[in-house]
Amino acid sequence: MSTTNNSSQASASPSRWERLRDSYMWYSFKRDYTAQLCLAVFICMVIAAFASPLLAPTNPYDLSQIDIMSSELPPFWIDGADDRYALGTDAQGRDLWSVVLYGTRVSLLIGFGAVILQALIGVTFGLMAGYLGGRVDTILMRLADIQLSFSTLMVAIVVGALVKATMGSAFYSQYAVMMLILIIGLAEWPQYARTVRASVLAEKNKEYVDAARVMGLRSKRIMFRHVLPNTMSPIFVISTVQIANAIISEAALSFLGLGMPETHPSLGSLIKSGFDYIQSGSWWITLIPGAVLVVLVLSINLLGDWLRDVMNPRLYKG
Amino acid sequence: MALLEVNNLDVRFALRQGEVHALRDICFSLERGERLGIVGESGAGKSVAAFSLLNLIAKPGFIAGGTVTFDGQVLNRMSERGLRKVRGNRVSMIFQDPMMTLNPVLSIGEQMVECLKAHRRISSKEARAIALDKLQQVQIPSPETRLDQYPHELSGGMRQRIIIAIALLLDPDIIIADEPTTALDVTIQAEIMALLLDLCEQHNVGLILITHDLGVVSQVTQRMLVMYAGRVIEQGPTREIINDPQHPYTQGLINALPQMATPGEKLNQIRGSMPSLSNLPSGCAFHPRCDFINRADGQPRPACTQQVPEFVESGNCRVACHMVAEMLEDRRLKEETS
Repeated sequence: MSTTNNSSQASASPSRWERLRDSYMWYSFKRDYTAQLCLAVFICMVIAAFASPLLAPTNPYDLSQIDIMSSELPPFWIDGADDRYALGTDAQGRDLWSVVLYGTRVSLLIGFGAVILQALIGVTFGLMAGYLGGRVDTILMRLADIQLSFSTLMVAIVVGALVKATMGSAFYSQYAVMMLILIIGLAEWPQYARTVRASVLAEKNKEYVDAARVMGLRSKRIMFRHVLPNTMSPIFVISTVQIANAIISEAALSFLGLGMPETHPSLGSLIKSGFDYIQSGSWWITLIPGAVLVVLVLSINLLGDWLRDVMNPRLYKG
Repeated sequence: MALLEVNNLDVRFALRQGEVHALRDICFSLERGERLGIVGESGAGKSVAAFSLLNLIAKPGFIAGGTVTFDGQVLNRMSERGLRKVRGNRVSMIFQDPMMTLNPVLSIGEQMVECLKAHRRISSKEARAIALDKLQQVQIPSPETRLDQYPHELSGGMRQRIIIAIALLLDPDIIIADEPTTALDVTIQAEIMALLLDLCEQHNVGLILITHDLGVVSQVTQRMLVMYAGRVIEQGPTREIINDPQHPYTQGLINALPQMATPGEKLNQIRGSMPSLSNLPSGCAFHPRCDFINRADGQPRPACTQQVPEFVESGNCRVACHMVAEMLEDRRLKEETS
């Protein structure tokens, strides 16, 4: 009796894996070679970045491993390369392969961290603005407008200056990752808030929201448990764009010297540090981290494109 | 005192063009276990009435006057907190479209458990057991599997059964059903209606049935209200109204039923359409469509276009019509003279 019951249940409600395998998402993914390639590249980069202490031959943060005498060595395909440094070395004699790995990790950390912060603030504000409406809506959305009228750069300069003035620049460099997450997170939350608010406004008038109110549920519960899950697809889609944007913002800030210090480089500060040496012929110091940044951002953006197509029911061609 | 009493309920919408009166002077009551029908054309204010009972009118609408008294408590003067204890728990509601009423991203079980836990301090396991019991009561096939399914995996009829199960979850005193079968197949409609009637009788639950299907009203309800342009124009025992409608509008509605038409002829429709609530005709709102505004001597009755009709008692029914009032007055005079 119990076995038949179990088997009938199993056949009626498929497991998570079966649901995924039968989904339109998986179907479309199997047919989209660009998406497959991008996901593969992205996953490889993430794994390589977070396994950098294992993969990198040297630790660029360890000053004792750096030899200034071996600075500006070219990558392996150019004469004068050193076997120890496959991608050459930077101006301080750090192995470029190692710094790029560590730098990618820093960039990804900041990218994801900033997007999580943006999403937390933006989704909460967007939900409240859309669902509660009225004065709450006006105040939150004007706040978003004000925030958007400051560029990321300006937020970075102001926050950076404030923190450096009050805590000292040693403190700032020590917590540079946190600072950048905070800056980029604060500067970009209105993107989420606006997107979420727009879809909440559409969802709010659906009958299931009325039904939830008739059931006697609290507004908070209706907002987060009923409305929020129904606005997930636009949130996923803009998240991919926002991660790419956050990584680029971080690179731009670091390039301008407002981001990661050179002792703890991200891809952006690597590009910056190499930029001074392009004239002297050591182009690889800038170009290699630059290429990594481009590939990373491109693969995220293309994945985002695919996700948008899958999740947009208007483009659904099943 | 009746379980639910509505007195002079007045609902308005504050729009840019000014205030629109969506409901005026709605009065009715519902005893425990009684079934009441509310009928009327689209836009007559039936659904607004349903929502305002639970004080759930969304902005820009608001209750401008009158009272809704449920079990001794005035609902439209209650705090949001107190109202939440009534909503879903003692008064629940069934909506028109079962495709839209269930949240598409939560499983049936999750939605049922959530509703139970919002009102009672019970464990998820106990809640699930109650949910399962209610699903069995609505006679859904293989109820255990349904709990883990999502709304899109179920047919319309099954979803409406689940919605009825959710409405019954907390053993409410009253269920408000807002056109519960309109979105369903005709064959399923009868099944769902029979199920709802059955369950209401079994559990002694009061039912407020909002519909434009006079057939359903006559089968299910004991008393009924006929609404037109935000007002109740006739109310009384269902059987009497259906058999002997007094108000010209109610007569028109019943005449418009397909079975009242001569085969091969057009259906007897009421000419014209419902006026906009923001621009109501003077006097009786129905007078531009009424066939009885002329008196027996052929002259139009001035009251119809000038004066809003008051309710008159006619037998067990109350009717808001100048013509009916006049007839009753004539009859009274005749009886006095004879």
